[in-house]
Amino acid sequence: MMASLRTPRGLLTVLLLVLFAVLPLLTQAFDQRYLLSIGTRVVIWSIAAVSLNMILGYGGLVSFGHAAFFGIGGYAVGILSASGVASGWVQWPVAIAAAAVWAALIGALSLRTRGVYFLMITLAFAQLVYYVAAGLEVYGGDDGLNIGRSRFPGLINLADKASFYWLCLALLVATLWFCDRFACSRFGFVLRGARSNEQRMTALGFPVFQYRLVAMIISGAFGGLSGALLANEGAYVSPAMMSWVKSGDLIVMVVLGGMGTLLGPLYGAIAFFVLEESLKPLMDLAHKGWGEYWQIVFGPMLVLVALYAKGGIDSLLGRRHG
Amino acid sequence: MKGKLFGTATIAALATMSAGGLQPAMAQESLKIGFVSTFSGSQAAIGEDMRRSVDLAVEHLGGKIAGKKIEIVYEDDQFKPDVGKARSEKLVQQDKVSFVAGYIWSNVLLASYKTVTEEGDTILISSNAGPSQIAGEGCNKNFFSTSWQNDQTPMAMGDYLNSKGVKSLYVVGPNYAAGKDMLAGVKRSYKGTIAGEDYTKWPDQLDFSAELTKIAAAKPDGIFIFYPGAHGVQFVKQWVQAGLNKTVPLYQVFSIDAITLPQQGDLAIGTLGAQEWVNDLPNEQNKKYVADFKKKYNVYPSYYGAQSYDSIMLIASAAEALKGDLSNKDKVRAEMKKANFKSLRGDFKFGNNNFPVQNYYIQETVKDAAGMMTVKTIATAVTAGVDPYAAKCPMK
Amino acid sequence: MDTLLIQMLNGVQLGLLMFLLAAGLTLTFGIMDLVNLAHGSLYMMGAYLAWTFIGWTDSFVLGVLLALPATFVLGIVVEAVVVRRLYARDHLDQVLATFGLILFFNELVRAVWGPAGKSIAVPPFLSHTVEILPGVPYSAYRFALIVVGTLVAILLAWLVARTRMGMLIRAGASNRRMIAALGVNIELLFSLVFGLGAVFAGLAGMMAAPIGSVKIGMGDDILILAFVIIVIGGIGSIKGAFIAAMLVGQIDIFGRSYLPDLLKTFLSPATASSAAPAISQMLVYLVMAGVLVWRPTGLFGQRT
Repeated sequence: MMASLRTPRGLLTVLLLVLFAVLPLLTQAFDQRYLLSIGTRVVIWSIAAVSLNMILGYGGLVSFGHAAFFGIGGYAVGILSASGVASGWVQWPVAIAAAAVWAALIGALSLRTRGVYFLMITLAFAQLVYYVAAGLEVYGGDDGLNIGRSRFPGLINLADKASFYWLCLALLVATLWFCDRFACSRFGFVLRGARSNEQRMTALGFPVFQYRLVAMIISGAFGGLSGALLANEGAYVSPAMMSWVKSGDLIVMVVLGGMGTLLGPLYGAIAFFVLEESLKPLMDLAHKGWGEYWQIVFGPMLVLVALYAKGGIDSLLGRRHG
Repeated sequence: MKGKLFGTATIAALATMSAGGLQPAMAQESLKIGFVSTFSGSQAAIGEDMRRSVDLAVEHLGGKIAGKKIEIVYEDDQFKPDVGKARSEKLVQQDKVSFVAGYIWSNVLLASYKTVTEEGDTILISSNAGPSQIAGEGCNKNFFSTSWQNDQTPMAMGDYLNSKGVKSLYVVGPNYAAGKDMLAGVKRSYKGTIAGEDYTKWPDQLDFSAELTKIAAAKPDGIFIFYPGAHGVQFVKQWVQAGLNKTVPLYQVFSIDAITLPQQGDLAIGTLGAQEWVNDLPNEQNKKYVADFKKKYNVYPSYYGAQSYDSIMLIASAAEALKGDLSNKDKVRAEMKKANFKSLRGDFKFGNNNFPVQNYYIQETVKDAAGMMTVKTIATAVTAGVDPYAAKCPMK
Repeated sequence: MDTLLIQMLNGVQLGLLMFLLAAGLTLTFGIMDLVNLAHGSLYMMGAYLAWTFIGWTDSFVLGVLLALPATFVLGIVVEAVVVRRLYARDHLDQVLATFGLILFFNELVRAVWGPAGKSIAVPPFLSHTVEILPGVPYSAYRFALIVVGTLVAILLAWLVARTRMGMLIRAGASNRRMIAALGVNIELLFSLVFGLGAVFAGLAGMMAAPIGSVKIGMGDDILILAFVIIVIGGIGSIKGAFIAAMLVGQIDIFGRSYLPDLLKTFLSPATASSAAPAISQMLVYLVMAGVLVWRPTGLFGQRT
């Protein structure tokens, strides 16, 4: 799958991997701790975007409620931590399992619908989780909850920024590896087949509904993992992490990067964060005070991407090989 | 296409760097203060008022503290806790500011609190928000407030209502940290009957018809509200439209002020509120501040602005006392605690939890001689008030 | 009893306001198959334009009458510059592009009108209360909203059911390709429908302004609710949007007015009063999820 160094795609992939791997060393050398924080967030959001891509890109199911998995994963960690269960060995599996169970539940109900109705019903379910969290008075309600980081005694200290970053990066690589296997498997082919022609796949005897349900559960599980990571990144959970805007951001990342491609969501997440962090200072450089209006540039950029860059950033790198 | 993409990425990366990292030389000569507030969206007017006052404070200081150039780094929390937390983190880690000030919203402050005070070991000054959590057991040596603890202002209102013999009160507020504290505050001191209590969804509920109908049915002697900024405008308008202004008087905290009055206009005339600072407080600094503010911006300043002005002056007093040497954090904290500056509200000192011990006044909404809407002091409700959580804070 | 009646009226008024917003959305969605997130921006622009014109003319009615055609023109321009290029694209591209439009319009408003909100006063002839029953006062302005909302709903029903344009709209909602094949000037029809939707959104914004305030992002929160309404009603169906809007209005008001007391019967007062707002917001989404599980294309949507 990884192309040679001669193609732009292969070159970029290798460059990115190297850059990602040595980022903590760079930020330390140049004393840019904040860049490491951004890097960590990019990696965590990439895991979430890759997991969304499993159903959105490969399955053609536009879920507008993916942030709910963020929230469920995060709140699983938060609630356990607030009740005195600090061990990550308990917290993280619970986070992943809770997200998977939720995915199974909403999948079973919402996969009956199609297209925009699917988009809206997933949004509705995500909003339900959002309001449940906002109503959880004991866990901070609307204000969110400051939590202790998960403990992995003797193995890793998550409060150390560099270690935490490398752990997230390792999990991202694992997620990408899984996604690659997933996409190339028989399961992935059925899913993609159903995206282009559901009737044909049904006629061929594939239980499309079950395939999609399983895909949603897998996608939800990875979403829960990213939520657990996000909770640990900030040592803070709040309903805001699953607002519909966050689901929208995730969709933007996947579409911006390139739907249904392995690394597209990664490119999308990087582009999203780089733009968010750099447009403002960039515009301030052009004219002091303009930076505040950075979205007046960001907005039309999204319009242009939607109109003219079909296939997202991934497609700008030339045709895929293999 | 490819070249373009790489080009953009390089420029972007450079811009990110230059915003923070490429100015180490300047760091030695300037004193950096981070200021987090809401500069975009529906509540941006509050952030703007705070920024104007901070700029005015810098101007009054001649742009320098202890010979160092003052550099304020403004960050927009977008009215969201998670964004505020990330911005605060950036101020501490990338800009390496010596102080972080600002914060309108209790939930944004709560989200950012640990990041700044514990993980960043940086001094945090709240220029507005005062959630109960950080006044009591959660107090921190790195935290100072130039505003109040949430419960205090409504408690002053409750005291005043007792003295006026208001027998029953309907309390309404938004369902977030400050809303809960504010309603708890008024209930703490008010001795009459609570005719009803409603929490509304924050920040997206803007229609109060259901709540106003319930109030009309309950026939209380007064309504107590806490709706800061844009929400205050809406509540007051709808209260008048429902005809309740003729039957039930409105008592408020933080809902009718210099920010909201241009929009509330005549509808708000005669309403009473409680506040620790009013634009007509008779001390020299305040007269100068209000006059200069009005001259520069043609509007009245609000308490948000006055508190922000005080935050900068507090920082200046500590830095001046140490001749600009902020390397020893213990010394900085000790100087901050002295509160050796001229506050716009007159006498100012810190309690054990680093919240101010101060007076609270009752203000009435009026029109000034020029026909501009404003508020004026009519009574002192509380003298040298200490917040109810201070005893729970282990600091001395 | 009086309180119950007034709460129902509050629900009707809220429902009508949301119907105005949802009507344009369901039309563009049903006919052009366009997911237009920027519909809320048109709601906001309508309110800001009305504020400007009211300032010029010093009259609420004149200001609104000027702002309506201005919103129509704005709608036509947005359609011609961006939206037209999106019809043939899939929903995701539309979401991305119109999301970009939201950001653009919000910042544009901030640059042009400044960050502080604007206020539109209730016109003097409506700034009193009316007695809908002896001894039961109701805001005259809210009552006027109900009247205008009802009139517009009737007008729209007539337009869709009785006119040639309405016929094309209905035909377009059920089979887009067919009416293009029959030689209808589809470009013009799409422009007009988009402009019409903009007018309704703008009108909703103008009418909501005196109750609330004119501010940046005012359309973003209500937009999601408008989407909920058109999905419950079935995309493309004006009747469905109307019924769903009424339903959502009542659910919202009743959730807020009676739920806290209901919860207090089995929860502690503190828990009940803080859980109630969250639960009343959830109700709307529960209803939508329930409707979609029961009828996957909404109450009056096209069966596939």
